[in-house]
Amino acid sequence: MTSAMTTKNKKDGIDPVTLTVIEKGLQQVCSEMDLVHEKTSFSPVISESFDRSNGIYGLGNGRVISQGVMGLPIFIGVMQETTRSVIDYRDDLEDGDVILVNDPYLGGTHLMDVKMVKPFYYKGKIWCYLSNTGHWPDTGGMVPGGFNSTATEIHQEGLRIPPVKLMRQGTMDQDVVRIVLANIRVSEERIGDIKAQIAALDAGARRLTGLIDRYGQETVESAIAELEDRSEQMMRAHIDTIPDGTYCGTAYMDSDGVVNEPLEINVEIAVNGSDIAFDLSKSSPPCMGPMNSVWATTLSSIYVAIKHIFPDVPVNAGCFRPIKVEEPKGTFIYAEYPRPVAGCAAEVSQRIMEAVFLALADAIPGKLFAAPAGTSGNISLGGFDPEDERNYIMYYFSGGGYGGWWSGDGITNGCSTIGISKSQPVEVLEQRYPVIFDHYSIREHSGGAGKYRGGFGVSYKVRMLRGSGTASFLMEHGKFGPPGILGGEEGACNEIRVCRNGQIIEPEHVSKGEGFTLGPGDWVEVLTPGGGGYGLPEARSEELTKRDEKRGY
Amino acid sequence: MQKVKTTSSINVGVDVGGTFTDFLMVNTETGEFRTAKVPTTVDDRARGFLLGIEELDVGAEAIDWLVHGTTAGTNAVLERKGAHTALITTAGFRDTLELGRRTRPYAYGLSGSFEALIERNDRYEVSERLDAKGRVLIELDEDEVRRTVQQIIKSGAESVVIHFLHSYINPVHEQRCAKIVREMWPNKNVVAGSEIVREMREFERGTTAAIHAAIQPIVSRYIERVQSALEEEGFRNELLVMQANGGMMASSLVGEHAVQTVMSGPAAGVLAAAEIAKASGFSNVITGDMGGTSYDVALIVEGEPVIAAEKDLAYGIPIRIPMIDIHTIGAGGGSIAHLDKAGMLRVGPESAGSYPGPIGYGRGGELPTITDANFLLGRINAEQVTGSDNKAPLEKIETAMQEQLGADLGMSAEQVAAAIIEVAVNELAGAIRLISVEKGNDPRDFALMPFGGAGPLHAVAIARELGIPQVVVPRFPGLTSALGCVLADVRHDFVQTINKPFIELEAEEVNKLMQEQARAGRELLARENVATEATEVRHEVDLLYRGQSHVLRIPIKADHFDSQNVLSDLTDAYLDRFNLSLPEMVPVLVNVRTTVIGVREPIDMSLFKPGADTSLEMAKVGTRRAYFNGSWYDADIYNREFLPVGAELSGPAIIEQYDSTFVIDPEATAKVDDIGNIVVDVAPYQ
Repeated sequence: MTSAMTTKNKKDGIDPVTLTVIEKGLQQVCSEMDLVHEKTSFSPVISESFDRSNGIYGLGNGRVISQGVMGLPIFIGVMQETTRSVIDYRDDLEDGDVILVNDPYLGGTHLMDVKMVKPFYYKGKIWCYLSNTGHWPDTGGMVPGGFNSTATEIHQEGLRIPPVKLMRQGTMDQDVVRIVLANIRVSEERIGDIKAQIAALDAGARRLTGLIDRYGQETVESAIAELEDRSEQMMRAHIDTIPDGTYCGTAYMDSDGVVNEPLEINVEIAVNGSDIAFDLSKSSPPCMGPMNSVWATTLSSIYVAIKHIFPDVPVNAGCFRPIKVEEPKGTFIYAEYPRPVAGCAAEVSQRIMEAVFLALADAIPGKLFAAPAGTSGNISLGGFDPEDERNYIMYYFSGGGYGGWWSGDGITNGCSTIGISKSQPVEVLEQRYPVIFDHYSIREHSGGAGKYRGGFGVSYKVRMLRGSGTASFLMEHGKFGPPGILGGEEGACNEIRVCRNGQIIEPEHVSKGEGFTLGPGDWVEVLTPGGGGYGLPEARSEELTKRDEKRGY
Repeated sequence: MQKVKTTSSINVGVDVGGTFTDFLMVNTETGEFRTAKVPTTVDDRARGFLLGIEELDVGAEAIDWLVHGTTAGTNAVLERKGAHTALITTAGFRDTLELGRRTRPYAYGLSGSFEALIERNDRYEVSERLDAKGRVLIELDEDEVRRTVQQIIKSGAESVVIHFLHSYINPVHEQRCAKIVREMWPNKNVVAGSEIVREMREFERGTTAAIHAAIQPIVSRYIERVQSALEEEGFRNELLVMQANGGMMASSLVGEHAVQTVMSGPAAGVLAAAEIAKASGFSNVITGDMGGTSYDVALIVEGEPVIAAEKDLAYGIPIRIPMIDIHTIGAGGGSIAHLDKAGMLRVGPESAGSYPGPIGYGRGGELPTITDANFLLGRINAEQVTGSDNKAPLEKIETAMQEQLGADLGMSAEQVAAAIIEVAVNELAGAIRLISVEKGNDPRDFALMPFGGAGPLHAVAIARELGIPQVVVPRFPGLTSALGCVLADVRHDFVQTINKPFIELEAEEVNKLMQEQARAGRELLARENVATEATEVRHEVDLLYRGQSHVLRIPIKADHFDSQNVLSDLTDAYLDRFNLSLPEMVPVLVNVRTTVIGVREPIDMSLFKPGADTSLEMAKVGTRRAYFNGSWYDADIYNREFLPVGAELSGPAIIEQYDSTFVIDPEATAKVDDIGNIVVDVAPYQ
């Protein structure tokens, strides 16, 4: 293995300055793609919430060469799987083509993440792939916004697009566009998103051509190979700090939305020197409802968890080399056609990460935090607004508390651990949709107690002002709070209450439900989880306890 | 207080920085100028202020214009040392400032902390509610407001923010509430969010108002102290204060506009750069201000600094006032070079700061920095270290470079030093490229103007990396902010959210708003009692297509609003920036912005040019060994003070002045232009 490769052995290779410069150059290509994508998008999930990713992927296997640092973390491992699937699926790619795909089973996530892959040609020869993904507000299916909680097969979830040519040698295939637009809600803005996503790939192609022109094809290629080795070396140095041994972690999910039984994610981590292996095979079998996870998402969740623990390792294919993940066939986190998967990217992924964090908490106590809220808190509300005379889909997500950590309390209202998405302001939501918020506040006492307590969840109540709407929820941690570590207590569970005609109901599956039709005056109240506590509550300083009392936390 | 004369002669600019306070006096009648630099007196800033005025050797009574840039407010916010502030807000929303927009401090890693600007026990709720169209849903409960005010007074708070949802559309409740608070508690430090900014987004607007409230008492007290200390010395005019938008205002307005002073010092620097560049014939300029821990970048397009309306002062602290758009990159002279776990050479983000500082400063620094690399390569004079009586210990630097980095990299100390600079230059160039691209500009269409002590050291290399053809080094790179104070016009900005599709928009509605904002600006100018030559009014609109979040700003070229013109400008701007055309989309007018400028008598920049008694011979002080492109050269060393107009230089050359060093590498040539700036032809890569 390359673990023996030290700096000294590399003396004769590419010089360290050129190496760093090309590394940054590749990152800038990706950042520029991210920027164009975000600035020109119509989907607020992309432009306000940065739910997108852009990167450069290698020939043959689609391995990640560089990926935008402003992209959503969950796509760290997903995009190379997507690109690989496109390479396997299509052998007829030409210069100027752009492939459109959202098939979860072909290196995907949920259907709403729509990906594009563009073969990049340098001096007439294919050199790499530029790929991106953006979260569309809707791709058809049984609920507006796509976050259903009761589908039992993928066909209920929305439009599934295999790798098809959206652009052929620089010309957009209008037939493909027509099929797509005919099958999704509020489709009039989507042509803007399609154009934005292509514009980002084009910007990347221009900048990458400039980079290769400047340093020469051979130098850039050997720099990429060298960078992969360096990333691997760095990742190995980190893994080396984990004592050898086997570590187990378990996370429990409330239910799959259809069968009201908990699901179990079980991870066994074997650390041997600078190698780390993940065995997830003891997790629950495939489920009826949409909480299955496809392989690309499961794999990526492991990568993101490791990146959260060792944030300084640059992402390229090299940093994944020391990480072995056995395909957990026969479990709900290795979903195959036609299993429904709407919950995979936003919910299951976060809980896989939680299992990894919990497993390693005792092994490297100064590097790990207690469990975070671990749910995206998706709620969608769709209907007709009589005042604006148009259909609307309000897709909203909220944050929760992060776990306490080695020298401080958890962050309050942190975003999902697979994301970096900001939530939309109340004023913006009220501008766009026929709703009003009665409150949007800290959920007091929701952080798990500990030497450093968990951060707080959010409490909000949203009320229909006029017209009608149908609400659906896809959340988690409703039955089991985010666990504490090293003696810390668990954070508060997620709660949902719906008031219809003055009657208050709670969803049967606690954190999931759909088809709640609402009229004027009806409301939904959501309390999101607090983070787990870190260390024994008795060890908390008096000063912090007093401060919390004074603030009414 | 008498009205300031415009025909007057003595102008003084003062910039209080973290370490030094800079002074610049310009006498426009005689063409004379003087400079002074004194240590910043942190305990009592007014004392240092007077010291510097004394050093300029102009009686306070003779000063006609005295413009001041201060960081007092910025630092109070960043260190959470603002005034004890209370918040009165819509029932159900007292946690807005603490919840933020659901974020975390770093993309990777789930640790970190955040403290809200106003502590939770100082945040009060009252019943009231408007909907998104500004209609009243729940009347303001005035009795509750009164009870709350009593509680706030009892709590010992010094300052109050009133922040209600949707006040950007209709401020009626905020105004009513503010009136009650002010009646019950005569206190200058009461502010309604809508008085500061009228843009949608409650967290951003509320935080901006909270920044204002937290610094208002601090900035007001400070300015009053300076003003009265100056008056005791005989100063008879009103002190003027710099703002983040690059304009200034009378100190009598500083209380109600305190938030505008945030980051005003750096803004003044960029403003000066714009004026200096204009005088040298450059209208598109990228500025680069390098200090000990950071590198500040700004863009000047067609002679005007680019203004941004959406900045973050720090994590979780957004600020929504128009500010000169300065991007801070965490790389400065003190940035430490190290090898990461993969054996890659990294420069920063850790910095040795000013204490212990670089090894070369001899204050106990042990880790090699960018400044040390410059010492070792002969680019900075190791014999004369700014702020120290000792020479830089070159041997110690060499050993550190060799042992800490060179051994593992298989490089000599000088190769390591050159690599540190190359990596840093590359990182800075990359960051500059992204910043310009984000604003839709190609850096190759710009000149680079470096300033600050260390800016000129790497400017030529950065420019070459970016394909920038020319570098313009101002006559006094270390005094740019003080100069900006002298050059600034009086300026006030206004913005209001409309948020309507063009099809629903009446031109009259926009015209009325533009007129109202212009009138408000003129009123402020009148209150300021500062005589100006002319009043200039500019209008801009923020536009997007329905569904998008990011606006494009389009200037209104006529004095009235014309939908067709604005729309065709939007189409052009979209094509130009993103190569996109979106005819199928619905354009929306989001905000209307108005800027009112009281134009001052311009200062002739040629008064800074070197005197006739200078010559190349006088300027040349010798040669020094300096390292470029893998070998040692004998570089010519010049004293900037004696470089005459028209002097032609070719690299390698190093130009030294009191507080700055400028390096011309072997490929470049330079010429001193008519106003004393050095203009370099970079010879970019092709």
